[in-house]
Amino acid sequence: MKRFSPKRNYESSRKLIAYVSLHEATEEDYRRIGFKSGLEVHQQLATESKLFCRCPAGIYHEDNEYDAEVIRHMRPTLSELGEYDGTALMEFKTRKEIIYRINNENACTYEVDDTPPFPLDRKALDIALEISLLCKLNIVGEVHITRKQYLDGSIPTGFQRSAILGVEGEIELSNKKVRIIQLSIEEDSCREISDIGHTRVYKTDRLGMPLIETVTYPDMLTPWELAEAAEYIRFLNRSTGKVRTGIGSGREDVNVSCEGGSRVEVKGVAHNSWIPALSHNEAFRQYALLHIRDILNERIKDPSGWKMSSREISPGETGLLSEPVKRAFDNNMSVYALRLPLCKQILSHFTQPGKIFADELSDRLKVIACIEKPNMSHSEELEPLITKSQWKKISSVLEAGDDDAMILLWGPPEDIPTALETVEERMQLAFKEVPNETRKSFPDGTTMFERVLPGKDRMYPDTDSAPIPLHDDQIEEIRSKLPESVSDRIKKMKQWGIPEDTYRYILSKNLYPLIVSISEDFGFDPRDIGIFLGHRFKNIEGTMKAHKNFSYEIIHNLLGFIRAQDLRIEIAGPMLKVLYLHPKMRYESILTTLNFKKKEIDEILAPIEFLYEKFKQERISEDSDCAVNWIMGQIRKQATGNVSLGDLRKIVEKRIKADD
Amino acid sequence: MTDQIFQGYRGRALDTLKKYNVRVWGKACIETSRGVFRGTVLPRSENDDDMHLVLKIETGYNIGINVSTITSMKETGYKKANYKIPEKEFPYSDDKPTVKLFGTGGTIASRLDYRTGAVIPAFSPGELYGAVPELADICNINTEKLFAVFSENMGPEQYITLAKAIGREIENGADGIIIGHGTDTLHHTAAALSFMVQNLPIPVILVGSQRSSDRPSSDAALNLIHASYAAGHGDIAEVMVCMFGPTSDDYGFLHRGTRVRKMHSSYRSTFRTIGDTPVATVTRNGIKHIKKDFNPRRKDKKVKIMPYFNEEVSMMYYYPHMKPEILDSLVDMGYKGIIIVGTGLGHLNRELYPALERARDKGVSVFMTLQTIWGYVHMMVYETGRDMMAKGVVPLGNMLPEVAWVKLGWALGQTGDPGKVKEIMLKPVNDEITAREPYNGYLVYQGGVKEVEEFIRQFRK
Repeated sequence: MKRFSPKRNYESSRKLIAYVSLHEATEEDYRRIGFKSGLEVHQQLATESKLFCRCPAGIYHEDNEYDAEVIRHMRPTLSELGEYDGTALMEFKTRKEIIYRINNENACTYEVDDTPPFPLDRKALDIALEISLLCKLNIVGEVHITRKQYLDGSIPTGFQRSAILGVEGEIELSNKKVRIIQLSIEEDSCREISDIGHTRVYKTDRLGMPLIETVTYPDMLTPWELAEAAEYIRFLNRSTGKVRTGIGSGREDVNVSCEGGSRVEVKGVAHNSWIPALSHNEAFRQYALLHIRDILNERIKDPSGWKMSSREISPGETGLLSEPVKRAFDNNMSVYALRLPLCKQILSHFTQPGKIFADELSDRLKVIACIEKPNMSHSEELEPLITKSQWKKISSVLEAGDDDAMILLWGPPEDIPTALETVEERMQLAFKEVPNETRKSFPDGTTMFERVLPGKDRMYPDTDSAPIPLHDDQIEEIRSKLPESVSDRIKKMKQWGIPEDTYRYILSKNLYPLIVSISEDFGFDPRDIGIFLGHRFKNIEGTMKAHKNFSYEIIHNLLGFIRAQDLRIEIAGPMLKVLYLHPKMRYESILTTLNFKKKEIDEILAPIEFLYEKFKQERISEDSDCAVNWIMGQIRKQATGNVSLGDLRKIVEKRIKADD
Repeated sequence: MTDQIFQGYRGRALDTLKKYNVRVWGKACIETSRGVFRGTVLPRSENDDDMHLVLKIETGYNIGINVSTITSMKETGYKKANYKIPEKEFPYSDDKPTVKLFGTGGTIASRLDYRTGAVIPAFSPGELYGAVPELADICNINTEKLFAVFSENMGPEQYITLAKAIGREIENGADGIIIGHGTDTLHHTAAALSFMVQNLPIPVILVGSQRSSDRPSSDAALNLIHASYAAGHGDIAEVMVCMFGPTSDDYGFLHRGTRVRKMHSSYRSTFRTIGDTPVATVTRNGIKHIKKDFNPRRKDKKVKIMPYFNEEVSMMYYYPHMKPEILDSLVDMGYKGIIIVGTGLGHLNRELYPALERARDKGVSVFMTLQTIWGYVHMMVYETGRDMMAKGVVPLGNMLPEVAWVKLGWALGQTGDPGKVKEIMLKPVNDEITAREPYNGYLVYQGGVKEVEEFIRQFRK
């Protein structure tokens, strides 16, 4: 019999559940594991003020730019229906001291919960209603501000003020309709600066900014559909032109489950491009956890009788232990050895690429017991910290057998009871189910435990705010000015023949209205404008930094000038490059800097014969295409803006071909 | 019965519920011109309009449905919520002091009130222990609900009930007393009890919260923990207010009941000692004395209860060019005592002089306090002050206006003789007039100045 190797176990468990990478995965793989996912898309609204106070929105500061700090602790309270929320109790266990950094420029006494809320910002409400209508939601008759408890401290009140504007809507993707559960308007949370041990530090600059959350049903059955839905909702939000763009202004929570698994929320996904890998790995993680559950239930017929045992280890008791256990002793931490009966092969079972079940325990020790990593070592580490002979000694202390797994964990003595409870609790869950939890996302597509998933028991009516009635005329007024839906925009662009590779850019920058207004106002072909914006402007934006006064209106006006001067659209690119940096520069001056001279087509064509002769003399190539390219290169600059380069090329070709 | 079934609904909303036979707490499917909504019908606050139903939808949120949009509605189930703080038996131990907690209706422990949509207080030792289990590590707590009124409805009748109840509990052997109280008039009650309950052998601590206990960031639990410590273990046997020191969850202050005032409408650190330092700070771990002179805890039960109050007292906040008829009408209505809150060092305009003389002649006791809150009345500095004193106005030193009003009612409750009233008013019971104002008794620093900003940044206050 081969000796047990954690690495081999990791590999073989990975094979047993038939894990495939995102790139290899087919629709069949997702059907096999029962992939199901939904989205919660958060989008900041572009208002001047915050939602419930009159502080300016969108003014951010560095971690150390603060005027004062306030400390708070959070206690769980009852929900409206008289229940304590699970997350709340977990957060209370962690006993965190929360420090808020306040900058007078963007925070007032409301942010630190020393003043009740002021009336909800009406502009934010109108924008959110506009987006609700675009999502085809049933609009509520009266907006009720609700408190949604967050005991992690991300909001100093301990709850987020949030209100539903509509329920039961839908969006139309390329292949299916996705149903929307609800849309809420809410205040944004603090930004975390650090979270070490029992102290968490936040800054309050973003806190209170108006945000909407669009929640879909779990209708997406592959990671690709999920990504498409996320993009669609982002484009829909942006189609109003009234939402914030830029880093952090739109964030997704991704709800994923596999067949038989549980709803797990992957939080704060900052880039839509991360969505496929994150959801893929999460579904497979759940699939792996179900496999672990089956193994455990196979081995242990009566899980209620399963119990781990633990013992404190004193320095020297088991001989010299390696780092970081030695360091733990040196730092006066308590070290405990744990025996997990009949749990061999479990700790090194594959869960995510490069991660094993033991990571689930270690993550929880960090979050719930507040013990910084490394906080444990175990008998099935892929890269062992502790030698086999040392584990042998520990196993004799624990009276552990060959089929058991062992853990060494350490931390400040006062955190040990919570730590032991945390491991026991997670192991008990392993017999039963995939725990409902929220997980933090990483760029490599893996996730780690963040919190127990909060339920509806954390909702409480906001006794500080009165309900806001939404009247029909207000809704109809907004409805009458709605932009076209994103799916209609895509259909139109196809009709116009705008190449598909430009859609993503055009929709994400909300350039569609610009295409419409330029073609309607100045009679340009929408296809030409689409190409100009989707290729040329994208290139300019990607390579240069815009002047702060630059706006889309400048592009609109530029095209108006080009039409009025009877110039060709080709000059728009070079001119825009200048305007992008100097938005106030006069068009004539730009043309001068570009050495542009207004010329008739004959004047541009005049040197063709001369150039052709020159080409023939130098005999660069026999190829006629080569001759055309060379001649075009010589006259392009003078032609740009004066004549269509496509038409010009045809004329040159005709002349050269005539010679052949 | 209808009240129970249709809690809080009236008018058109009530008609709609009746028409479709849907109860509060009933699960309903509602078809409207704006689409279909599903959820549980919740009670509605009486003060809200009669045009909407409140619905808790599946995700836990509440929404309102306009009844005029409803085309049909059907009850599909029923589940009444049972809002209750989990009650756990308060663990008593012989080695811990026994503290009596009187409830008056503040927000120490509270729950949602659907009638008004606000929070209402609820407590019993079991509920308190369920919500703040740390209390059991500090002391044994007995509770008694004396009345359930909001702070603004507290008055002389309640002061007297409280004073007598305190006397009774001292007789029963309590080691300390806590009074849970709304914060708006907490300092009025603190002053009243300072006068009515004298020669205290044990601490009497008034406590409230600025954020109701139904929110995770509430200051209620920590205030109660601090108060329990001060009442059970503290050696200062005085009537004191125990509330947040800084706005941070840090330490609490113990303020002398005669020198404390609510200074901000919503801050946690709203209570400040005026014209002096607080008596002490208190944390979960102990009390740190700031003032050296205080009434120490004793073993005896020799408390003096003086539950007197005459409500024929009023207060007149002076404004420029005030007309004498204001004062005249108070006198004509039969008020026996008037506290004037004057400007600057204690001034009024000349126009009021005849009214002052008239009040004096009718035997009305008139006293002067200050709008400046801080500082002493100095009526000898300017001629106007001297004029007024000649017309019978008695300066009250640095007594706070609200404290002066309370004390005057208490004094008039004992005697009708203006001479004796004056004597009682000017003889301090417990620092309502202090002989001196320490330099650090007035600290209202202004933001924007370098040294202040440095301080704020460095210390989490």
